[in-house]
Parts: sequence; structure tokens; C-alpha cells
Amino acid sequence: MVDGKAKSGPLLDIRNLRIEATVYPPGEAPRTITLVHDVSLTLEKGKVLGLIGESGAGKSTIGLSSMGYGRGGVRITGGEVILNGRDILKGGKEGLRKLRGRDVCYVAQSAAAAFNPAHRLMDQVVEATLLHGTATRAEAVKRAVALFKKLSLPNPETIGQRFPHQVSGGQLQRVMTAMALCSEPDLIVFDEPTTALDVTTQIDVLSAIKDAIRDTHVAALYITHDLAVVAQVSDEIMVLRHGRLVEWGGTRQIIKEPRQEYTNALVSVREIEHQEQQPGTTPMLSVKNVTAAYGGGHIKVLKNVSVDIYPGQTLAVVGESGSGKSTLARTITGLLPPEQGSVVFDGRTLANRLADRPKEDLRQLQMIYQMADVAMNPRQTVGTIIGRPLEFYFGMKGRERDKRVAELLDEIEMGKGFIDRYPAELSGGQKQRVCIARSLAAKPKLIICDEVTSALDPLVAHGILKLLLNLQQIEKVAYLFITHDLATVKSIADSIAVMYRGEVVRYGPKSKVLTPPFDAYTDLLLSSVPEMEIGWLEKAIKGRRMESAGN
Amino acid sequence: MSSSLVVLVAQRIALGILLVLAVSVLIFAGTQILPGDVAQAILGQSATPESLANLREQLGLNQPAYIRYFHWLGGVLTGDLGTAMSSGQDIATSIKERLWNTLFLAFWAAIVAIPLAITLGLIAVRYRNGWVDKLISGLALASTSFPEFFIGYLLVFYFAVQHQCFPAISTVYDGMSFGERLQAIALPAAALTLVVLAHMMRMTRAAILNVMQSAYVETAELKGLSASAVIRKHAFPNAIAPIINVVMLNLAYLVVGVVVVEVIFVYPGMGQYLVDHVTKRDVPVVQAVGLIFAAVYITLNIVADIAAIVANPRLRHPK
Amino acid sequence: MRAIRRIPLPSLTGLVLTALFVLAAIFAPLIAPHGNAEIVGDVWEPMSAAHWLGTDNLGRDLLSRMIYGARITLFIAVLATALSFSLGAILGFSAAVFGGWYDTILSRLVDLLMSIPTLIMGLVVLSVLPSNLVTLILVMGILDSTRVYRLSRAVAVDINVMDYVEAAKLRGEGSGWIIFREILPNALSPLVSELGLRFIYAVLFLSTLSFLGLGVQPPDADWGGMVKENKDGIVFGIPAALIPAAAIAALAISVNLVADWVLNRTTSLKGGRG
Repeated sequence: MVDGKAKSGPLLDIRNLRIEATVYPPGEAPRTITLVHDVSLTLEKGKVLGLIGESGAGKSTIGLSSMGYGRGGVRITGGEVILNGRDILKGGKEGLRKLRGRDVCYVAQSAAAAFNPAHRLMDQVVEATLLHGTATRAEAVKRAVALFKKLSLPNPETIGQRFPHQVSGGQLQRVMTAMALCSEPDLIVFDEPTTALDVTTQIDVLSAIKDAIRDTHVAALYITHDLAVVAQVSDEIMVLRHGRLVEWGGTRQIIKEPRQEYTNALVSVREIEHQEQQPGTTPMLSVKNVTAAYGGGHIKVLKNVSVDIYPGQTLAVVGESGSGKSTLARTITGLLPPEQGSVVFDGRTLANRLADRPKEDLRQLQMIYQMADVAMNPRQTVGTIIGRPLEFYFGMKGRERDKRVAELLDEIEMGKGFIDRYPAELSGGQKQRVCIARSLAAKPKLIICDEVTSALDPLVAHGILKLLLNLQQIEKVAYLFITHDLATVKSIADSIAVMYRGEVVRYGPKSKVLTPPFDAYTDLLLSSVPEMEIGWLEKAIKGRRMESAGN
Repeated sequence: MSSSLVVLVAQRIALGILLVLAVSVLIFAGTQILPGDVAQAILGQSATPESLANLREQLGLNQPAYIRYFHWLGGVLTGDLGTAMSSGQDIATSIKERLWNTLFLAFWAAIVAIPLAITLGLIAVRYRNGWVDKLISGLALASTSFPEFFIGYLLVFYFAVQHQCFPAISTVYDGMSFGERLQAIALPAAALTLVVLAHMMRMTRAAILNVMQSAYVETAELKGLSASAVIRKHAFPNAIAPIINVVMLNLAYLVVGVVVVEVIFVYPGMGQYLVDHVTKRDVPVVQAVGLIFAAVYITLNIVADIAAIVANPRLRHPK
Repeated sequence: MRAIRRIPLPSLTGLVLTALFVLAAIFAPLIAPHGNAEIVGDVWEPMSAAHWLGTDNLGRDLLSRMIYGARITLFIAVLATALSFSLGAILGFSAAVFGGWYDTILSRLVDLLMSIPTLIMGLVVLSVLPSNLVTLILVMGILDSTRVYRLSRAVAVDINVMDYVEAAKLRGEGSGWIIFREILPNALSPLVSELGLRFIYAVLFLSTLSFLGLGVQPPDADWGGMVKENKDGIVFGIPAALIPAAAIAALAISVNLVADWVLNRTTSLKGGRG
């Protein structure tokens, strides 16, 4: 775009990229690790390439290398990054500065953090354009307002006058896209732009981004861990793992005919066979008309909620952030005493407050958390963590306890070699497994699982879900499964409660809840979950428009 | 200014006033109710019972403590700080000139220290982990470990004794010209500057670095802004509140540093006055001067709080 | 030997210097060439083979005075730190775990004490209390415990809301297990580095008080007191006062270096296995 020769070759040509970083583990000597091993890619003008992989795959690092940027101590130590026919790594700092914000722009995962809280949105949106002198302020503002309109932001004329904290997360993400488009770059790097959003918001942002890319003919690197999302916006997909290329091909080929085993695993990760169980006659735990509030009764977070859980079955509670699903768990465990209503367990009413519950009630009801890292004391070994409930509830000591710990480690598919490890020495999936073992050690009748897979990579999450289902068969334990992810729900639930703003809006056996006719919210929620199918996004948006026209 | 902001600021000010009152109780209680008997302490072990009783009467020690407190507080509020036991002079009169001297000294120390500390802090951030940063951090670590008198006497030894360019003793008197005054306080002001400089610089550096790690700074870098433009346009506006906070906290620290520095340079200010009368166990003076120091310290802390509130865009531009 | 070589040079320097100061303090009567109060020469003799650091304002051997001074300085600073630390940490932890009115009252009281500069409050209180070592240690320890209280409460409050503490509470554990097994092990590394800082502060505070004539009383002298004794020599170009002052700075810096190193060692969460 800048000079004539660019027209011949690809827009972006990365050759044998090698990226390294120096890490400083506390109390140890610093060492150098390689994040990206000889990855090459090309991107034509106006095309979208999806970069997909689990955490640590190096996808963000590769994306940022197209701007010659490394976070923290990250350095590009080998290869070439050729943009418009020139190796940007040879242009020096000055060359990189001229390129950033003009030829290549960036859209971050969390726009809420990526906007400066001290400046108005418009000043930040036009900043790069003015800096590189590609337009006057008046032109840039006009362009920005047009982009706000295109991205269907409310009040496009005035939203630029606001400060970041005055605008919602989904809207900020769109403003950030407008910011990237404003300087009319050749390439935009989207780094997980919808990951932090709720599903019903994600679909709008995704479709806005897709339209904007199409209309402005900009090329894009779209980075995400969600294959279904990337399938909606990309022309080609590149699968990465541990900083190495696994597979690269057209979107259709990757999701329909994956050639590598790993890609195949990613594509089929959502499918778990689970036979729905019919509700029994007497529920094991009943939440009866519970109303709960924070702040001394001022902020009602649960309104008249009633659900039942049957022995050995799974009730999934689904909802977006702020729906009250985690509060429900806190009320059942006694951490937040309800204002009205009661929780009945095994035929007896549980005390409202945790402190008033006998040890036996506490043992029967265990909990697994979302962030396994902080759910385990970092100063205790795996043996202590799993062994403590055995000691505490059953008075097991010494060899007897160690034997049981070893058995539990076997059940969660980890060897007894882990008994002396500290949590910091485990991977994310292993940590969550240890938490599962700790709750099983108490031999509970019910385990509350609060978003237990949402912090994990898809394949690891898949393994955890399968493990939970197996354990349910063996131990006959019931689960209360709290999640925002409908795909998880479909895999493991026997019955489902859909929550919205503190209320249960739909509740029943899985097959019934997931069969039409739907209420408006459940319909919105179900239709927002990305499916691994080309053209799903257009269909979903069209369905919505028709519906709102019908109303 | 939004109304919620006004409310928050008003709350801070009210809190400050309450705190000063509570501190006056504490200072009074500290000098009156502690196990040592003031009269005994003044007269020493050789005191006769009669002289003790006389002194107690004279000090009003026979009245209940709370009455004496309100009597004292009423005096303080109307500008009557009582009379010094050791000299019989009116405390308010003796303090007036000394307070002015102390403020003069602290003012010049602050004028030099604040811009210097912020500049050095910015330089350390700009070249972070480079040798400039390491040198600055090393010096800061060293000087926070130095007692004030070490810095003070080093300055005296070098500038007053070996090179004789400034006086070792900072005598000030009426009718001195402004220039003479400045020369007299050059060394104590330099010592005070050095005392607070390191703290202020380290805290400024930390405050800016904290902001530099934000995602919006990365956004600015990815827009192609130069390193100094990133600091100036994106880091600095967000670092103002923490920096003002740092400055105020260190000015408060300066209030303490002034006590020692005045003693070193025999400078006729509040600090020296306080130390003199602590040695003489002159309780009314200690109470009055202690309260003034505490009030200044609390005021600076409240100003720091208010600055942080006013500089917060979330509070300035509510939803 | 290999273990020593793995310590970074600044930390090693700090360790060696700190050890030297401590040894000098413990074995003072064996090391010091002369007695503490023994007059051995003229006033302010320069450094010589007989008196390595010269003599002081009364003609006493400065080196011997320094060695005995180390003893008094370290003794008072260690006791004051121990007091401030145990008082502050116990109250801070219990305030965080028990919460409620207990926490509110303690925290407001500490806020009040901290709203007066420590030195000013120290001077106010010392103006009426008898001048002896016990008073000095108590005043220093209690005034400084407010800072330890703030830190340990803040650290414990942070840990107290972690999921693993919630898990322990859901299990039904009592406050004993929660304080000693869940919170304390995780609070240790910030507290250990704070211990170093508090000790340095105690040394500096004691020196300042003695320098102002309100700390250790003659004929005993800590380093701060020795600066006071010899300060009049400065204007005549006699650097005797600078020696104890430099010793204070050296002690403070070396403890700082050691504290940094300990903090680095204890933050590893892998049980020291690397």
C-alpha cells in the first residue's frame, strides 16, 4: 500500500519465526525458553487467518510479532517478518513505530483494560491516525463516527465523548475495533476479542467485527482458543501447539476434514455421550423458594429460586455473569444465609449459616472451584491437601490415610508419585483433578462444581468432564454444575435450570429444557452459542432479526 | 465537580478534623496519665513532699484529667497555648517565629526535592533495568538506610569545614536579607532534601511502573507512540494521583526529618524547640508543639487523600 | 561451599557484614582493646596504630566504644523489633480472622496512633517517662507495632478471602487450623522481609533518639549517642562523629540486603526443590 512493489507478494509473510523469552523463577537462576519454533505463515491482502491453540501455543506472541512487539521479556530471535515486501525486523525502532498504528493495528482481549481511563474515547480512537499524520482531526473524527455507526454502537455521534468506564464491555470491544480501523491499516491483529464477553454479547460483537472486516477490505489475524468462533470469521485457520505449527488449511478443511490428530481432537472436543437419567421420586437436595441478597438486603441476587437435585444425578445451572448462579452455590453451602426460603437435604432442613451446621452436613456437601490455583493452599503438598478431609472427617492417620490418598490419586488418573508435589508443580488440569480428589475424599453425596472447566483449555476441560462423569458412575455422587457454557451443559446434565437476573426462567429435565418452544431468554442463549459450522453466524443473526421484526 | 465528589471531599475533611481532635486527646493523655508523675519527673528524686505538692497545685494536677483537657483544648482553640514551665514565657509567642523558620526551611527543601524526585523517578522508569535505573535504585536504597544526622554531618564536614562555602551553624535573625537567609539554610535544606528524595523517588518510580504495566500502555505502544510520548500522554495522567499521594506522604515525612536536621544545624525552628523542652521535661511546650506537628502531618495526609479522589476519572465523570 | 557460591554477591556482602556486627556485639569484652569508659589518651586523637579509630571527646578509645556501642544498639533494636513484631503480628492476624468490632476497634486505634509521626509521639511520651532501657524498648516496640499490625492484617485479609481458606471453612475447620495452617505459612515471606525493615527502622529510631539525647543515657552509649558526644568535633574537622554514623548506615544497608535475599528465597512455592 505504501509503495508499488507491495502489490506483487502477500501482505504478510512470516518466515521461520523464532521467539524466545527469559523467565525469572523466584529463587532460581534465570533461564531462556523458546516460545515459538520456526513458524512460517503468509496472509494475502483482505484475507482473515485464524490462529488457534491452547494457552502456551504461542498464538498471541506470533500475532504481536507482526508488529515487531514482544510482551515483557519476549524477544524475536530468528526469522523474518515481511510486511508489504519489507522485513519489519530490520527497520529499527523508528521503523516499527511508523508501522504500528498505521499499517498494523491491534485489538486486545480486554478493551476495558486497554483503554486509558483518563482520556475520552474519541481522543484515543483518533490518536494513532493523528500521530501518523494520515488525516486531520476533523477527518479522523468523521471517520470514527462512521465506524461507530457501522459497528452498530448506540449514539455514534456522542459515544466518543464518554470515558471508558462509562461504556459497557461489549461496546468497548467494538469501540476498540473502530480504533483499529480508524487509521485504515492493512492488517489488524484481533487477540481473543470476544473471549471476555458473555455469549449473548459475543455474537453481536463477532458479527460487527466480521462486517467491518468485509467492508473495509482489511486483512486480519484472528487469535482465539475457540474453534467455533474462528470458523465464523476466517478464510484460513492455523492450528498451533507448544509454539509449533500443527496444521494450516482452509476453514472448511480444518473443521470438516482435519488431517492431524490434534486438530481432530479440537474439532470433536464438544461431543461427550451422556445418557440422560430420569428424575427419581425423592430429591436429595431441594432449594425451596430461596431469596438472597448482598449488602444487608439491598441488592437482591436470588429471587424465589426453587430447584431439586436427585441422588447420583447432575443438575446444571446455566446463566451469564450476574445471573446469580454462583450466589445459589453460596446459599446452599451456607456462606450466604438466605433471607427467605430454605435448603432441604436428605429430608432435613439445613441450618442457614455455615457455623450452625454439624460436621456431618458439611462432609456430605463438597465444593470444587473455578480457579484450582487458588483453591489449594500453595504451601501444602498434594498428600496434605487430599489427606486432610480423611483426617478431619474420618480420623484416618498414617499409613491408612496414605493408602486412601494413593487410591484417590488413582481414581483421578494421577499416580501416587504426585503425593509429595506442591500445587505450583502441577499443570492446570492436574490441579483441578487434585481438587476433585479432595472433595471425593469426604465421600459426599453432593458436589457443587462452580465453573470448574471454564479456566481450562478445551481438551483439558474435556478430560475433566469425562472424569467427573466416570466418578459419578463409581461413587454415585450428585453434581450441582454451575456454568455459563451451554456445550458443557449438553454434555453432562440430567436436568437444567436456566437463570437470568436472579431468577430461574426455565427448569426441567435436559431433553425438555433443550426442546422448543423456548422462552425468549433461553432462545437467545441457545442461539448465541457458536456452532462449528461455516455460516452459522449469519444464520443466527438473521434468525434474531426476524424474531425482533416479528415482535 | 459532581456532587458525589463534593461529598467525598467533605467527608475527608471532616475525618481530618476528627482525627486532630482525637490526636489532641492522645497527646494529652500521653503526657498526663502515663505512670510517670510530671511533677516528680520535673523535680527529680530529691524533691521534698512540699515542693511536689506546690508544683502539682501550680500545674493544676489536682483537678480531674478531663477538666484539665478541656481547659487546655479551649486554650489551644483560642490561640492560647499556655506558658512554658522552664522559662515562664508564653508558648504561642515563642512559637510564632520558630514556626515561620521551620516552614521556610521545609518549603525550600520541598521546592528542590519534589521536582528532582519526580524527574529522577521518570528517568528511572524510562531507562528501567538499565544502569541509570540501577544506579538510582542503589543510591535510593543506600540513602533510606542513612540516618539523617549522617547525611547532615557529611554535608557539614565537606561543605562547611573542608570547603567553607556554607556555614555549619544556621543562625538566622531579624533583619537578615532574603539572600543571607537562603545561604544560612542551604545546608539544612540540602540535608532535608536528601532525606526525602530517595523515598519520594522510589515511590514515584513504583507508582509509574505500576501504571506502565497496564494494558492501555501496551495499546499506546502498539499505536506507534514513542517511549517518552507513552509516558507523557498515557502513563503520567494516571500516575498523577499516586504521585501526588507520594509527594504528600513524603512532605509529612519531612515534618519529622526537620526535627533532627534543626538540631544538627542548631536552627531556631520548632523541631529544636521541641527537643530542648523534651529534655527539660517542659510538658506544656511538648504538648503544644507535638499537637502542631501532628496537625500539619494529618493535614498533609488528608490533602494526599483528596488529591487521589479528585484525580480519579471514575469519580470526576460518574456514569 | 557450593551453597555459599550460589548466594549473589550483594547478599553475601550483607550477610558477612551483618554477621561481623553481631559477633562484635556478642564478644565485645573479648574483642575490644580497651574498656568502654576507660580514658586512654588525649581528646580526639587521630587514627593511629594504638587507636585504630582514634579517640573520642573524652579521650576514650573510639574502636572499643564502637564495639560496646554495637552491643547496646543491637540489644535494644532486637528487643524492640521482637516486641513490635509479635504484638503487631498477633493482633493483626486475629483482627483479620475474627473481624467484627474487635477488628474495628483495633484498626481505628492503630489509625489514630499512625496519624502522629512516630518520632513526635516518641518525644511526647519520653518527656514524661523515666529514662531507662525498659521504657525505651517499650516505647519503640509499641509505637512501631502499628506498622506490623497494618501489614499483617492486610496480608491475612488477602489470604482469608482465598478459595483455599473458604474450602477449609466449608470443611468445618476451626480458627486454629485456619490461622496456623492456612494463613501463616502463606504470610511468612512478606512478614520476613518486613522483619528486616522493622529492625532497620528500630536501629535508626534508636539512633535518632540517642542523638537527640533522649535515648541511651551516658556513660553508656549506642552509636547514635556517640554521634552526639563527638558532634562538636565536626566543625574543627575531626571526623569522629562520622564513624558511628557510618556504622549505623552500614548495618542498615547490610540487613536490607539480607532481607531482600531471604524474601527471594522464600517466595518459591515448590518447597525449595526448584
